[in-house]
Amino acid sequence: MTRLADIADKIRSKNAGPFWLTIDIFCGEPAAFARVSTALETETVAALFQISPDTLKRFDLADLNVVKFSLPRPNVQGTPADRDMHGASFANLLADLNV
Amino acid sequence: MVKVLIPSGALGLGYDRVALAHGITLKPDIIAIDGGSTDSGPHYLGSGTSKYSRNSTKAEWRELMAARAQAGVPLVVGTAGTCGADDAVDWLVEITREIAAETGESLRLAVLKSGQDNQAMVTALNAGRITPLPAAPEISDDLLLDCTNIVALAGAEQIQEALNTGADIIIAGRTTDTAIISALPLARGCHAGGAWHGAKIGECGALATTSPNSGTIMIAFDAEGFTMTPMGADARATPRTVSAHMLYENSDPHILYEPGGYLDVRGATYTALNNREVRVTGSDWIVSDRYTVKLEGARRVGFQTVSLVLVRDARYVENIRTWCDDIQAKCTAKAAARVEGKFGIELRLIGVDATLGPLDTAHRIGTEIGVMGIITAETEALSREVAKMLNPYLLHHPLTEHEEMPTFAFPFSPPEMPRGAIYEFCLNHVLQIDKPMDAFRLTVEDITP
Repeated sequence: MTRLADIADKIRSKNAGPFWLTIDIFCGEPAAFARVSTALETETVAALFQISPDTLKRFDLADLNVVKFSLPRPNVQGTPADRDMHGASFANLLADLNV
Repeated sequence: MVKVLIPSGALGLGYDRVALAHGITLKPDIIAIDGGSTDSGPHYLGSGTSKYSRNSTKAEWRELMAARAQAGVPLVVGTAGTCGADDAVDWLVEITREIAAETGESLRLAVLKSGQDNQAMVTALNAGRITPLPAAPEISDDLLLDCTNIVALAGAEQIQEALNTGADIIIAGRTTDTAIISALPLARGCHAGGAWHGAKIGECGALATTSPNSGTIMIAFDAEGFTMTPMGADARATPRTVSAHMLYENSDPHILYEPGGYLDVRGATYTALNNREVRVTGSDWIVSDRYTVKLEGARRVGFQTVSLVLVRDARYVENIRTWCDDIQAKCTAKAAARVEGKFGIELRLIGVDATLGPLDTAHRIGTEIGVMGIITAETEALSREVAKMLNPYLLHHPLTEHEEMPTFAFPFSPPEMPRGAIYEFCLNHVLQIDKPMDAFRLTVEDITP
């Protein structure tokens, strides 16, 4: 088992508008992409966000060696319950996943 | 061919002056720059204000106006003043008039406003012309009437209308990030898929290159696609930097919805022309059967005051949740007995899980913790009043009844910091209109010294 952060070049999370969050896992090379694409289960990522897997959109982009997830923001951007205006910290949740 | 020079990803963010000057020597047909985004939160749309400093904006806008005069082509800014609300547009118009007065320049200025009348939005909702996008909140007549600002995102058609006035400068309210770039290439018959795709790649300036901080890029549009050329001496565009930009702040990496249709880049091919320029062809534009514009709205949801205390005592750090839960219960009860009106007290633990909250199951506690008290209330006075009741607890609250009164570290006097009104985004919808200009207002002003 290896931490996702140690396989991927970079894990980035960003707002995609105020209502959506998008996470890009840049794997760098085809081998790392193949490993992440196969081993990282949608259910595991959904569990991190405490949501149902059908809420999560997933894109495995072999051309870019990127696995991308998009989901409705855990709290709408900037509402009193939101803690991270730009949504950049959610990437850290994925970093420690064991793959 | 239509060449669009993009100085940077946003007005006020800075750019490489040498790169911009180089771009001007290449004779662009238009200079386009974005003035905003929702990314900094609902305060700006809620209050109709800009996040960048007036002085920084004025300094950069003056340079861009000078570059425009030198190139003799139109300069267009979209989403003026961060949010593109009418007040934010007026703010940039006023700055523009000041600069023109200082430089003695004659200008034709076109102003495109995107602000929507609340009552007209209620009528549109009841006529079935406002429909939700995925993950949209529930809306009602009352919510629409509550919004302090509602804006519609203009597309290429409205920018073209502004360009047709012969304006030297176009200051637009809320637009899509891409429309200010795609408008002229589309008007001149360039490939539609290429125009929108190139606009998406260019919307953040040099972000889609190896040197994001250089800012300035040129995109040349033609009948088959587009070519992206960074203007910074050390910046390179590669098929990877260009194609990867579709991921950026976009929930779907293949599709981009715009007024009147959508871009599909699944058929795109990215070719390196040399080690710093990329050519893109094969992107598709699919026209939709109805013309819709996206709506953004913000409303005031209360007032906030924040207090911060630092806890360094090891025993208190170890028992921080117990301490906070006790304060929250006691202070809430005391305030409820002494004030009228709705309020809420939240204590957020900086150094524990303030960033991710309950999602952070792996957090660890260090040697000190910042406790941020957030008081949200229906009036400013009430939020401050409750914060003043919270402060003695944050300063002196003991873990147990029979111990000497502790004292924690307030970094400021007074410890409470009023944040003013707080807003939230409350629309993620589209508005159907019959003609593109139906939801927008265009005015032209000739400025003479």
